[in-house]
Amino acid sequence: MPSPATGPRSHAGAARWVGVSVPRREDPRLVAGRGRFLDDIDPPGVLHAAFVRSTVAHGALTGIDLEPVRAVPGVVAAFDAADLDLADIVALLDRPPEEFVPTAMPVLARDRVRFVGEPVAVVVARDPYAAEDGVEAAVVRITAEEAVVSEETALAPGAPLVHADAAANTLVDVSMFATEGIDEVFADAACVVEVDTRTGRQNALPLETRGALASWDDRDDQLLLQTCTQIPHQVRTLAARCLRVDERTIRVTVPDMGGGFGQKCVVGREEIVVAAVARRLDRPVKWIEDRRESLTASFLAREQHYRTRAAFDADGTVLALDVDVVCDMGAYSCYPFTAGIEPLMASAEMPSVYRVPAYRVRARAITTNKAPTAPYRGVSRPQYVMAMERVMERAARELGMDPLDVRRRNLITDFPYTGVNDVTYDPGTYRESLDLAESTLREEGWFRFRDEAAAQGRAVGIGFCCFSERTGYGSDAFAKRRMTVVPGFDISEIRMDTSGSVVVTSGTLNHGQSHETTMAQIVADRLGIDIAQVKLRQGDTERISYGWGTFASRSITVGGSAVAAASTRLGVLLCRIAAHLMDVTEDDVELDGEGGVVLRTDPARRIPFTEIADVAYLRSNLLPKDVEPGLSATASFDAPGDGTFSNATHAVVVECHAGTGRVEILRYACVEDCGVVIHPQVVDGQCRGGIAQGIAGALFEEVTYDANGEPSAASFIDYKVPTATEIPDITVAHLETPCAFTENGAKGAGEGGTIGAPAAVLNAVNDALRHTGVELDATPVHPQTVVEALLRKEPACTTAT
Amino acid sequence: MHDRHLITLTVNDEEHEVVVEARRTLLDVLRHDLRLTGAHAGCEHGVCGACTVLVDGAPARACLLFAVQAEGSALHTVESLAAPSGELSDLQQAFSRHHGLQCGFCTPGFLMLAEGWLAERAATGAGEPDREEVREVASANLCRCTGYQTIVDAIADTARTRLAAPGETA
Repeated sequence: MPSPATGPRSHAGAARWVGVSVPRREDPRLVAGRGRFLDDIDPPGVLHAAFVRSTVAHGALTGIDLEPVRAVPGVVAAFDAADLDLADIVALLDRPPEEFVPTAMPVLARDRVRFVGEPVAVVVARDPYAAEDGVEAAVVRITAEEAVVSEETALAPGAPLVHADAAANTLVDVSMFATEGIDEVFADAACVVEVDTRTGRQNALPLETRGALASWDDRDDQLLLQTCTQIPHQVRTLAARCLRVDERTIRVTVPDMGGGFGQKCVVGREEIVVAAVARRLDRPVKWIEDRRESLTASFLAREQHYRTRAAFDADGTVLALDVDVVCDMGAYSCYPFTAGIEPLMASAEMPSVYRVPAYRVRARAITTNKAPTAPYRGVSRPQYVMAMERVMERAARELGMDPLDVRRRNLITDFPYTGVNDVTYDPGTYRESLDLAESTLREEGWFRFRDEAAAQGRAVGIGFCCFSERTGYGSDAFAKRRMTVVPGFDISEIRMDTSGSVVVTSGTLNHGQSHETTMAQIVADRLGIDIAQVKLRQGDTERISYGWGTFASRSITVGGSAVAAASTRLGVLLCRIAAHLMDVTEDDVELDGEGGVVLRTDPARRIPFTEIADVAYLRSNLLPKDVEPGLSATASFDAPGDGTFSNATHAVVVECHAGTGRVEILRYACVEDCGVVIHPQVVDGQCRGGIAQGIAGALFEEVTYDANGEPSAASFIDYKVPTATEIPDITVAHLETPCAFTENGAKGAGEGGTIGAPAAVLNAVNDALRHTGVELDATPVHPQTVVEALLRKEPACTTAT
Repeated sequence: MHDRHLITLTVNDEEHEVVVEARRTLLDVLRHDLRLTGAHAGCEHGVCGACTVLVDGAPARACLLFAVQAEGSALHTVESLAAPSGELSDLQQAFSRHHGLQCGFCTPGFLMLAEGWLAERAATGAGEPDREEVREVASANLCRCTGYQTIVDAIADTARTRLAAPGETA
């Protein structure tokens, strides 16, 4: 069990910082424009890289002529795959060939191109303008072949193959659960609903695009790779393998980062190229992705299709679930997660917050000639939650019941609960969050408002979404997926100096989540010091022994637990030295919560940390004989079993406008439970930011391609990112079910908003359109679809998409 | 494309001479030639607003201006907001107080957008803005982290406090 450190009971265990919205320690530099983002760094002599990219979605690469590039003024060098000779990127699952087909992703395209935007060659020049001039001069010969751009064409018999080894363009095909007798359950059920849900391809869209800056350091005999990544250690591992060098010879650091949202939790080919080119030229080389590249060639997400059948009895109890999931992963598996991340997540967690007694699932990852995907905030959960929530709504409609009653009948209420999906859910507030969300809207009069609006001919609707999100993914949970690179644990080291300040490391990575503040709150409470005395170090493979970075809402649950455990261990050491100095036993002393150790029986006898640290470093002759000089402690943490689950209910009121098709959000209420809240303002911010991205997926954003695989949303003119006028004010109410096994009782709060919003909004739109008979099961909901629905004179019986 | 121009730019009340190609954007000159890296490149086609600076007091997209166009204008970047002592302006403090930033990448752009707008309103003697008006202004820029609510809070709060105590504003 993950309790690596237990310390003496102490005043310092009391929460003085945790639970308080203290001012963010990140803010002073960021609001002053003194953040240090990647492109803010210009080392002397830096060269700038730009990529020659395929303009063809699918074809044979028959020749690259870079001589014209080299003649462009300012260009220093240009390389293609043959010039650099790097090992391919291959991400693996430990699954048999019928379940998983690995793809070799060359760092630069070699022999074939598989999507528009695939990097073919790199140009290095004295400034970014010259590098782009160079790119335009490249001559790339590609024999175009038919592109595979949709699920339908990818799976059609005789379809062209994106990868020769992947029959039927299928990279992953798993059938993890099939309850015996499930067909009989369907045959005997009072009600069977079928829902066909689709979600559009989306871009996680960090406002700071990707980028990398590499330079060789003779003194360290090491390449310094500064990069916008959520996973610095994994970048180092893969870069070393691709460059065929020892991992020690690469140091990866991460500056301030303008968001990631998952797009930066996989290793990018460009990061490897920049490292290789800097080594080759022995000059600093920087690449900053431009927005067009980001929209067309960075990792995308979300395009999934669920065909869900669910059996219910007459009172609305769900009896069985049978689902076929197809995830369009684009051209390659990402490293380290592979194309399995989405279908495996969907398979394991599809039943969501409901008691589903019988379950069958087939989930596939297919490959197409589109930019590859990465695990964007939420990872399949927005999709399977949408499928489940549409199922609940559909069943309610067919059974003539209130959709909230159907949910209540099926919500998990007894914890821990082990589902038919072999997942154990720890305690949460599934029922309570729904009750509070509903009563909030009811007391504010929204149900009445909706009905009165309908009487006036206005299309107002109310939608709900109930969901949980696994946040404490430990090694066990990831290992269940049979990944060969298994994330999960985190290690933290803490060191106190003679002034009583501490530096604490975490393998997680802050790119907007406020770790500098929240981790300091945890440490300060454990030791009983001021947060100003705590400095967090992240994002440096030389300073942090190993880490898994930040994704899957793991930072506070797993990383924060390691930080807490290391702090506790340091507290034990402080007490031990202090006891020796007082000539008492360790049981006689405790941390006093104010930066010192006191004698329990006589609080007047106290030794401040500064004095203990003085002994530990400057007068080590006074230390106990069995205590080594210095003041540091290390602890690791790994969430056990299936980890922990945050949960929430989202409730939203929309009005659909005839004529424009605009879906206006009138009210958005979120009731969430992420266990112990470390910093309320930060949690609210995570919820609201996530909800904004979820609304974006529900109503606005979609990466589209034409029939030839040409991306048709290559700028912010075409890719519709919601602004302040599209995102409403959002109330966030907190329930608090402390997690029993994280060190700090926290669960995680990073992804919930993104998970809940699409289904809640879609359900609200459908409620607003109920008088038309049209039901929408696809996102984004296009204004045209709304207009067409509202123009219907007679209610339709069929489902529109 | 290799014509060079010697230009003088007045940024944050200081004059700078730079030699630039005609095609070099104001944003690149501010960031990479003058090392004022607060303004950020988010899209380079004028939509996201992360590069917003004040040109003669009005918010402008530094990515859509060539540096040669800015000669003769008074330019102000986010670096000008804090007092020389380092004390943050009321607007900067409001962003922090309301948690109006997470990753902080879009923040300098929002600050300059709001600063320009608040100054323009003050000059016209306008009263307290309603929240929808603030929201409309904030919609000029993109933020991917906050969901905008706390940005609107910060700007509205600053507008309110400046009206209440006009003598104390930056």
